[in-house]
Amino acid sequence: MEWQFLFELTINGLLTGMMYALIAVGFVLIYKSTDAINFAQGEFVMIAAIVVAGMATNYGFPIIAAIAVGLVFMIIFNIVLERVVLRPMIGRPIVAIIMATIGLALILQGAGPLVFGAGTKPLNIGVPDEPLIWGPLFMTPIDVVGAGISIMFLAIFGWFFMKSRKGVAMRAVADSHMTSMAMGINVERYFALAWILAGVVALLGGLVWGSAIGVDTQMAALGLKVFPVVILGGLDSIIGVVVGGLIIGVCEALAAGYIDPLVGGGTKDFTPYVLMILVLMFRPYGIFGKPIIERI
Amino acid sequence: MTDTAGSGGSVKLKLDGVAKNFGGVRAVSGVSAEVKEGEIFSIIGPNGAGKTTILNMTSGFYHPDEGSINFEGTDISQTLPSKIASLGISRTFQNIALFRGLTVLENLMLGRHVLMKTGVLAAFAYWGPAQREEVEHRERVEEIIDFLKLTDLRKTPAGALAYGLQKRVELGRALASEPRLLLLDEPMAGMNQEEKEDMVRYVLDVNQEWGTTIALIEHDMGVVMDISDHVMVMDMGERISFGTPDEVRGDPRVIEAYLGTTDHKEVA
Repeated sequence: MEWQFLFELTINGLLTGMMYALIAVGFVLIYKSTDAINFAQGEFVMIAAIVVAGMATNYGFPIIAAIAVGLVFMIIFNIVLERVVLRPMIGRPIVAIIMATIGLALILQGAGPLVFGAGTKPLNIGVPDEPLIWGPLFMTPIDVVGAGISIMFLAIFGWFFMKSRKGVAMRAVADSHMTSMAMGINVERYFALAWILAGVVALLGGLVWGSAIGVDTQMAALGLKVFPVVILGGLDSIIGVVVGGLIIGVCEALAAGYIDPLVGGGTKDFTPYVLMILVLMFRPYGIFGKPIIERI
Repeated sequence: MTDTAGSGGSVKLKLDGVAKNFGGVRAVSGVSAEVKEGEIFSIIGPNGAGKTTILNMTSGFYHPDEGSINFEGTDISQTLPSKIASLGISRTFQNIALFRGLTVLENLMLGRHVLMKTGVLAAFAYWGPAQREEVEHRERVEEIIDFLKLTDLRKTPAGALAYGLQKRVELGRALASEPRLLLLDEPMAGMNQEEKEDMVRYVLDVNQEWGTTIALIEHDMGVVMDISDHVMVMDMGERISFGTPDEVRGDPRVIEAYLGTTDHKEVA
């Protein structure tokens, strides 16, 4: 039975890990294209989920319509955000942008419940609740669906950055704003595109995680999980996000299954950060991040 | 060396009384010049003469405080860099400005960005016409890679290349946009003799075979005097001399600017 327990923990850890990757990829999108670190990504996820769940429960929208509203909201929200808050900061020290996103995160945490109320709302995107039982293996359907959505969109984004012209231009913008301008690249437009994509990914994350854990301001804490994931995988790597997410997911599951019973719980929550600090000590740019090329 | 030299080629770029201040510093004051179609036009002068400022204004990174800049009859004094690039002016930078994390091929493909049709959703439309367009661009880029002998380095991140090669990649990227005016900011700076000779040959080839008009800044006098059709000499933000290399060489003001003072002043 022991190996079955390990197997089950691992599989569920992998599924959770893919769902972490979905949150983390929004962060990487911003970092890759604007070189800015967005501390509000978890809040984006939360606000997207609150809008969708709020439209569905408070106003009785069908779930598809609620998701459509959420999508439009996130796109407009991020366009406005980029134009009003972040664009004026182009060329400023990166710490200014970081501080702005931290401020934004706190504002969103406060403002999120204003419109739709603070209570935890259910979010049902039509995934059944009964666990999938496959031999000795128990899996939550939403985890499977979430992992599937995550894999699909990560593949799309991976292709986008590596192969598509827009994606390459986006990497160029991240590399050097000034040079990009000289190439005729409209830097502002790519910034806007990056933030819009981050908003859309946040919506996907919000749907998946909202269905899994319910929708309230607690969801913003997911944003903190992003850091061990991206530090592990590399701040600017889509593949890194997947691998980082999977490692964190499995570590959490194993810690919860094997260590928590011994010490009375809690290790699940900090294991990812222990890993993060270890990675920072030995490989600061992550497993797949690009080392800064320095010619001496 | 070219039959267009000095003869009445049409005016490609016209600076008219251009001035630029940075705070209290007058970096460029009242400079006028004409770059003719198909020529190699060089700007020389001591450090701080305002040469790069002229180039930065021509490519739109700065806008002149006074005067106007005209490219093919269009006033571009207040035009944004990305727009100027799409009008047909491309440039290289004094301190190499490649996308260091991107491969040589990607850098060159980005050079063609201005020639590519854009549209937010076009990115995801890879098949059909978009793909055909992509293949065409790729073919032109491969020609440039071939021309500059970068074939083996296509997939190498630009930041990992030796200095001389980075300069060459930057030239390639500037060429990729098929510019009608190419601005080179010290294309041979910091190169060894062999690398310089290579670069000179490439610049001449581009000018003669593709007919590209070139304006460049360079400190190596031997190179400048050899390849230029016209030379403008600047000092302290002003144009102090202009003409063919031979005319400029004999101009006492040029000698004064370079040597600090002339003999009779020392005596006086």
